[in-house]
Amino acid sequence: MGAVNQFYRYLRKHAGFLIFAIVAMTIPAYVGDAYYLSLLAFTATRFMMALGLSLLLGQAGQISLGQAGFVGIGAYGSAIMTTRLGFDPWIAMVLAAVLSAAVAAVVGIPALRLRGYYLAMATLGVNEIIYLLLVRLKSLTNGTDGITGIPGLSFGALGLSGPKAYHLVAWGVALVMLRLSLNLSSSRVGRALRALSRSEAAAQSLGINVSYRKVQVFVMAAIFASIAGSFDAHYMRFVSPEAYTVTFSIILITGVIIGGLGSLWGAVWGTLAIVILPELLKRVHSDLTNLVFGVLLIAIMIFWQGRPRALGPALEKWRKMIGGRIRRGAS
Amino acid sequence: MSSAELLQYFFSGITSGSIYALTALGFTLVFNATSVINFAQGQLVMLGGMLGVALYGAGLPLWGASLGAVAVVAAVAVGFERVAVRPLLQKGVLAQVIATVGASFVFETAAMLIWGRDAVGLPPFSGDEPLLVGGATVAPQTVWVVGLSVAIVVALQMFFRTTLLGKAVRACAVDPIAARLQGIPYGRLVTFVFALTGAIAAAGGVMITPISFMSYHSGSLLGLKGFAAATLGGLGSPVGAVMGGYVLGVVEALGVGFVSAGYKDVIAFAILLLVLFSRPSGILGTRAAGHH
Repeated sequence: MGAVNQFYRYLRKHAGFLIFAIVAMTIPAYVGDAYYLSLLAFTATRFMMALGLSLLLGQAGQISLGQAGFVGIGAYGSAIMTTRLGFDPWIAMVLAAVLSAAVAAVVGIPALRLRGYYLAMATLGVNEIIYLLLVRLKSLTNGTDGITGIPGLSFGALGLSGPKAYHLVAWGVALVMLRLSLNLSSSRVGRALRALSRSEAAAQSLGINVSYRKVQVFVMAAIFASIAGSFDAHYMRFVSPEAYTVTFSIILITGVIIGGLGSLWGAVWGTLAIVILPELLKRVHSDLTNLVFGVLLIAIMIFWQGRPRALGPALEKWRKMIGGRIRRGAS
Repeated sequence: MSSAELLQYFFSGITSGSIYALTALGFTLVFNATSVINFAQGQLVMLGGMLGVALYGAGLPLWGASLGAVAVVAAVAVGFERVAVRPLLQKGVLAQVIATVGASFVFETAAMLIWGRDAVGLPPFSGDEPLLVGGATVAPQTVWVVGLSVAIVVALQMFFRTTLLGKAVRACAVDPIAARLQGIPYGRLVTFVFALTGAIAAAGGVMITPISFMSYHSGSLLGLKGFAAATLGGLGSPVGAVMGGYVLGVVEALGVGFVSAGYKDVIAFAILLLVLFSRPSGILGTRAAGHH
């Protein structure tokens, strides 16, 4: 009985995550269409990027307009190390993530001392520098032509470049990141982040190492972004610099804002929004997306009450309802 | 490097420096009146340039197109203030950053939808017969840019020092609540400041378009450099903003001369980050970063 109860308790606690994980991992079983499969593959990596931002913006209240820069380091790190140096894609991915983490720490330690718009501008500047270096360091990055011939991912002899195998690996990694983030959010660290987002002085007076926590979550977001960039590079087999401009950083911010900053689950709905909306808007006009995103950003901020809330909290309520049903079933 | 070459880079530096100075001035005006950093400032400069080209293409004389662009962007800035800034004045920095970033997306995409993706130019205001100064060649447009920018800066200073309206704006910058208690209509002054900011931004955009062309995405770079200039001079100080603009322009131009033209923008952003990280209150500023 104890074991069964424990199992139910586990289910209740993690019902939302488990349902999401099962849906995410089994979608390829019902979706055969190549177009939808590639959209889902992009959703996985956009989700990794948005998740990091959601931790940074939603939990710690720190804004970064430079997330795309770290995606670029991941993508180009993987591309250069695999095509030029013959590294295994997985090793290249890890090394690129280490590089991103190092850059994030070097930038983050001074930048996170600044608040509000200074931090926004500093991260925007970092993104611009990374983009310009990708364009200018021609001998390394091949400039605006980009790098082709990037190998696909594989486990030993088992290739993972088929859309369904890739889906499982990419979403597998995304789910691990989600679990880590959820654990972090409900731990002491998460409470510390939410405390410092309200008042740094108050958090500090409670013994929270404010600057350390901010840098920690900034580096974590950069690692998520970098890994996502590496996945994209190995999936597309091609990288070019214009994918990593500030524009993309703002699109990621839009996703997190649409999803709602109140909960990490917002990153899920926000990611779906920034993947699906452009596809729908394309049917009206090919260049309408950013206009709609800009209007959405303004509108959500105007109707913002205290903390931005959108889809996330409503779905959180459902999650609790489902959790409650399972609990009642157990007793 | 010969002195003539050095002079050449200096002229190129004060040309772009003029535009950075005007953009920085725009940031400063809005920041002082509302404590908002307008992330769409560079896009207002871009709109000025693009509108100048469009109106000139529609058959207006060059001066008419320029004035028209200035007027239209001033109106756009007022609308922007009403829709995306005023409702957010009490909502904190995060909301203001995100909303003005959203506005920058709106301006940029609207410009692309209306005028396409190509970079466009204007003819210079008075021919392109270069002048020779100390062995360096100076395009007449450079003289226009620097002359008009200095004129705008001086006129603004006079306006803020001598007129009642200017003094009222300065009072709002010091303390909006105290200003209101003195019977100053704060809301209307903010509208006025945005019109002024839009006009200054558009003037910068129209002046620079004959030299460096303009396209829908030129705005973000100009905005970032304008902010770098404003920070360099100490955010909130109009004199600092103008000096920051010229310092940034000249350092950037010398960087082109001594390092490489390809890294011009990298140099500008490296300066921005260095100033932010080491001395966020700027060279001339007294205001500490993060205390707003």
